[in-house]
Amino acid sequence: MLGKGVVGGGGGTKAPKPSFVSYVRPEEIHTNEKEVTEKEVTLHLLPGEQLLCEASTVLKYVQEDSCQHGVYGRLVCTDFKIAFLGDDESALDNDETQFKNKVIGENDITLHCVDQIYGVFDEKKKTLFGQLKKYPEKLIIHCKDLRVFQFCLRYTKEEEVKRIVSGIIHHTQAPKLLKRLFLFSYATAAQNNTVTDPKNHTVMFDTLKDWCWELERTKGNMKYKAVSVNEGYKVCERLPAYFVVPTPLPEENVQRFQGHGIPIWCWSCHNGSALLKMSALPKEQDDGILQIQKSFLDGIYKTIHRPPYEIVKTEDLSSNFLSLQEIQTAYSKFKQLFLIDNSTEFWDTDIKWFSLLESSSWLDIIRRCLKKAIEITECMEAQNMNVLLLEENASDLCCLISSLVQLMMDPHCRTRIGFQSLIQKEWVMGGHCFLDRCNHLRQNDKEEVPVFLLFLDCVWQLVHQHPPAFEFTETYLTVLSDSLYIPIFSTFFFNSPHQKDTNMHQRQLSLPLTQSKSSPKRGFFREETDHLIKNLLGKRISKLINSSDELQDNFREFYDSWHSKSTDYHGLLLPHIEGPEIKVWAQRYLRWIPEAQILGGGQVATLSKLLEMMEEVQSLQEKIDERHHSQQAPQAEAPCLLRNSARLSSLFPFALLQRHSSKPVLPTSGWKALGDEDDLAKREDEFVDLGDV
Amino acid sequence: MGRPRQGSRDYASQPPPPGAQSNFPYRDGPWHLGPAHPQRHIANYNSQLPPCVGPFKMGFPAASRAKSPALRSCSPGRPGALFLPPAPSRDAVPPTGTGRRAAGGGRGRAGRGGRTPEGAEPGPAAEQPGNGGGARSPRVSRMASASTSKYNSHSLENESIKRTSRDGVNRDLTEAVPRLPGETLITDKEVIYICPFNGPIKGRVYITNYRLYLRSLETDSSLILDVPLGVISRIEKMGGATSRGENSYGLDITCKDMRNLRFALKQEGHSRRDMFEILTRYAFPLAHSLPLFAFLNEEKFNVDGWTVYNPVEEYRRQGLPNHHWRITFINKCYELCDTYPALLVVPYRASDDDLRRVATFRSRNRIPVLSWIHPENKTVIVRCSQPLVGMSGKRNKDDEKYLDVIRETNKQISKLTIYDARPSVNAVANKATGGGYESDDAYHNAELFFLDIHNIHVMRESLKKVKDIVYPNVEESHWLSSLESTHWLEHIKLVLTGAIQVADKVSSGKSSVLVHCSDGWDRTAQLTSLAMLMLDSFYRSIEGFEILVQKEWISFGHKFASRIGHGDKNHTDADRSPIFLQFIDCVWQMSKQFPTAFEFNEQFLIIILDHLYSCRFGTFLFNCESARERQKVTERTVSLWSLINSNKEKFKNPFYTKEINRVLYPVASMRHLELWVNYYIRWNPRIKQQQPNPVEQRYMELLALRDEYIKRLEELQLANSAKLSDPPTSPSSPSQMMPHVQTHF
Repeated sequence: MLGKGVVGGGGGTKAPKPSFVSYVRPEEIHTNEKEVTEKEVTLHLLPGEQLLCEASTVLKYVQEDSCQHGVYGRLVCTDFKIAFLGDDESALDNDETQFKNKVIGENDITLHCVDQIYGVFDEKKKTLFGQLKKYPEKLIIHCKDLRVFQFCLRYTKEEEVKRIVSGIIHHTQAPKLLKRLFLFSYATAAQNNTVTDPKNHTVMFDTLKDWCWELERTKGNMKYKAVSVNEGYKVCERLPAYFVVPTPLPEENVQRFQGHGIPIWCWSCHNGSALLKMSALPKEQDDGILQIQKSFLDGIYKTIHRPPYEIVKTEDLSSNFLSLQEIQTAYSKFKQLFLIDNSTEFWDTDIKWFSLLESSSWLDIIRRCLKKAIEITECMEAQNMNVLLLEENASDLCCLISSLVQLMMDPHCRTRIGFQSLIQKEWVMGGHCFLDRCNHLRQNDKEEVPVFLLFLDCVWQLVHQHPPAFEFTETYLTVLSDSLYIPIFSTFFFNSPHQKDTNMHQRQLSLPLTQSKSSPKRGFFREETDHLIKNLLGKRISKLINSSDELQDNFREFYDSWHSKSTDYHGLLLPHIEGPEIKVWAQRYLRWIPEAQILGGGQVATLSKLLEMMEEVQSLQEKIDERHHSQQAPQAEAPCLLRNSARLSSLFPFALLQRHSSKPVLPTSGWKALGDEDDLAKREDEFVDLGDV
Repeated sequence: MGRPRQGSRDYASQPPPPGAQSNFPYRDGPWHLGPAHPQRHIANYNSQLPPCVGPFKMGFPAASRAKSPALRSCSPGRPGALFLPPAPSRDAVPPTGTGRRAAGGGRGRAGRGGRTPEGAEPGPAAEQPGNGGGARSPRVSRMASASTSKYNSHSLENESIKRTSRDGVNRDLTEAVPRLPGETLITDKEVIYICPFNGPIKGRVYITNYRLYLRSLETDSSLILDVPLGVISRIEKMGGATSRGENSYGLDITCKDMRNLRFALKQEGHSRRDMFEILTRYAFPLAHSLPLFAFLNEEKFNVDGWTVYNPVEEYRRQGLPNHHWRITFINKCYELCDTYPALLVVPYRASDDDLRRVATFRSRNRIPVLSWIHPENKTVIVRCSQPLVGMSGKRNKDDEKYLDVIRETNKQISKLTIYDARPSVNAVANKATGGGYESDDAYHNAELFFLDIHNIHVMRESLKKVKDIVYPNVEESHWLSSLESTHWLEHIKLVLTGAIQVADKVSSGKSSVLVHCSDGWDRTAQLTSLAMLMLDSFYRSIEGFEILVQKEWISFGHKFASRIGHGDKNHTDADRSPIFLQFIDCVWQMSKQFPTAFEFNEQFLIIILDHLYSCRFGTFLFNCESARERQKVTERTVSLWSLINSNKEKFKNPFYTKEINRVLYPVASMRHLELWVNYYIRWNPRIKQQQPNPVEQRYMELLALRDEYIKRLEELQLANSAKLSDPPTSPSSPSQMMPHVQTHF
């Protein structure tokens, strides 16, 4: 399944080469064998977690210093994760594991984190799915967090191979019912832990109060009101129970088209302009219904066009902007660049790295999202306009763009709590279909689109460019992106607050689960443009949207003038979007690749220096304090968090043990032909070229 | 629910008032030092630059803090924690209220504008947009507001502001242009500067024998252009009588530092002809029998940069001479090899006659000599030029024996490793012109590898392509593929890969290494100096790096004069090539990957490159040591190291951690190599990296704070010991005693 471009030049025409080479020689295997029996590694199960199947004497490949070796152990599959219980755990017990993921161990893969499974048959790599006739000698698992696992099954009993391989394939690839999510068994078993932490300050937006608070915070309460018309989801299952609309809007309008065609408030700017979103009205063929829709929308527009409301600019995200299809295609190309099986593949792709990156378009999509968000910010900030985001269901690009705009304009969203509240408001309550977009249930691959991940990547660009403007770091974002696939947190496992409420509620009452209505088919890949929206809003759009040239000028001026000033980290924050400024989120994407590891280097080196200095300053402060109380109390040495910072690698804190030694990694690939420079290349250094004058 | 009710605050338009702790949004973060600064962005730096370990301790996963949305509805078995926070609660924050005082600690570097490190003396080639121009003058307005920072008080922008305001009244030319001692004003003209970023700007240009200096005459812009004439590679006339318009007489000036300058002049008074002739004369003095400015420069510094490198001392530092290696003066008068330094280190067992015989078999007599010796395993890096094998496959017993003597110096039985920097095809092709490489048959005890690094012409064309994609406009939509098509980073990758191999071989102690290319003054210098930088932490200090450049590049005859073309008008000269720039770029890539390993910062590398072209210092003039000696360069010119070493603080990396004996291996993968935006795209106001880097700024603040505390503690200790003799009086409140140390633990 590797993209052709990734393997490099080898189209379909060549004779198939072995796509897998084993680096483990039989001798190495024998030396390891004895140790296996001596060590008993126990499987840690979460509350409610059940062991489904297992296989012993599985060999896990570990890459180290550009060569691979194997570690024996047990491969198990539970209803939560796939885990490898190797005998090299002892290596993990040293102090380097001071930072570790408590839920997901180094050799654990949650079932939802599995992306693709490959089997190696006679040195050929094939995707595994469904019922297998033949079982592979090697299993390769590509994870959604971009880890790659390779397990050799050659020394495992045939029975066990069958059981574990089909078990893993079934539990990760086969369509699942919502009620089978581990989430539910976990919630039942670990109920005492579900008590809300009283210190939890993240605003969940599940009460009317929360919305009122947000209105008050942003001074939006003059023109907008929180409504409870959808309490109990009686109007619409797509919308949250509480949300905010323009004050004069009659509540019965909300019921009219089940919340479609209603401008819903996202956020208000300090100058009074607001960001609104609206889901499109259902498509109709019937002229009569179209007329009704038209007059309905006219009414709505009249309401929000009248003073005190600012001029509204409509931003139709369903057309003239990214399609979800584009995002999906780009990401599936992009992620392949990081799912690397071995060193050879790494260096083969290295020469063409930039063009491979570009051909995935992922970075360009990030740029377009950031640019769109800057455009909207310009309208609100500089032109004092309201912006109405339009999208079919207002739950994909609407969430993305609206959260980005808020992140740029509202410094509160750049605190950790503020950011979490933003996600809660725009994504969770905004009805982003996490279940479908992450394909947690494996019901429809076409629905799988990493919109939220795209958002996090856009946020990362901002964090990377303006670190002091954020309370959180890139590591926070990386960990957050991982938690998309950990089914003990319910946040990212439902399509809507309604779906979550009904299911979680039932669970808590211990009622038998009934499957919720199958997720509605949204058909967002439709190529045709949305005529309805165009027709109904056509006039107004043309009136309100400036000609594109003018728009470009406004954008340029706004963008340049902001970047020409010094950055106020507590004010408006814009990203740089020029070519060299949009970068690969290296921490997330390169963290498992040993070849990409900079031993004792990388950003972590400066940051740990910073931390050491913090500690020093802190302990000095304590000393001074103690002096002041004129008590010569014995000093407790400040604990040193990162004592051996020099030995941290650039992959810290994610992959600590990829490379032990300080041997350099050497590129193995050769030089690419220079093409038109061949003549020059052949020349001698000191020849004076007379023809060049 | 206990949610924060910050709603009363106008969150967007009002930054937290200084000192208003309760409203400070990030007040409980671990990085908060307290908004002691009256200026808001300084206070804001406090905001959280949590290191990447931040989340571990700060809360997303930590149980004691608010949970993420993800954690809210149901927590994992172990309370809420994804990661184990190893340290005690980090809620504690460092003290607040000391920033103001701490900031005054004289750390002048943190707030500096960046590109041009000198204070009163703008660096060469510094384009300084003025302060009054809003969008037109991005740099200064940024700095102007950043000048709320105490650090900035010496920035040159302030300088230029002063000058401009003065300019309105005072038209005295001597006041109008900054001048070095020895610099004289030649002419001034009214011109239109066609700024590629901000459009035409009316200004007055002053030409001295050292620089071209332009000041805007427009009220809304105080743009200043300060370009040493040495960076000019080509001056062309554009337009003229046939073109229309008032200012149709144009001059296009191509610079060696990745930019072009365009001026439009009026037809009257032959002003273009004058300017063209004067510029040509002083930018290319060699063609007009004029001296380079370095020989006229009368600057005085309190440090003499010419004493930085003393070969005997440097070899002594390496433990030389020893039982196996001796220092020879055979080349004292440059008779053995006119492009080598006077002092050479050769195997003890090779006699001077041996050396002379070997010289006949090495291109331009550049015999294998020692560059560096490993302090423990005694393997060495030896450099030379190619052997003169020729088409007939000539052999030279002396050369073969000499290499074997080198191999034996570290008592290893393994073969000597020869790295030929060239691609093998080129090495083979060189046989046609009498060169070649060490064949297996002739050199039984050597193993030869080709490193596939291309020649100077390829590098020159590659850099030209880089300029095409970055100046004046940065290629946007296809940035990555355009970058790839320049091959620049690919070349960097190959040079680094070669150097890593050299360093690894020597570090492993398996064998000594001999490096050569064709003549051993371009690629060879790159490889040996980079390998030495990886192996020897001494070279990663400021003085160490100066010694490295002085030794491996300047003394060993990298042909700076030919490669750069100092004062020479022949801009198409095929001898020109950015080999040294490429080396500095490699160093920058290394410092980017190991941000704590180098004593110097990016400004240090940039100022070296600026004065590589400027001709203000004698450091990079001429092709070899013998020529420099003939010209008495050390007596008649100033060394660049004088300027740098008398201002060392400006070029220091605050994160530097000295580590002896640590070998640095950068990762030579495209995944980590980056275009050096702060150098190659520094003229573009749109692509401006924050200077200083906010993380660095934060660290500087902490350093200042630490020093402050140490001082306080000492004072307190004194006070305490005094108190011991007296009975304690009623305890005064700490805040009274130390108003600036407010703790918020």
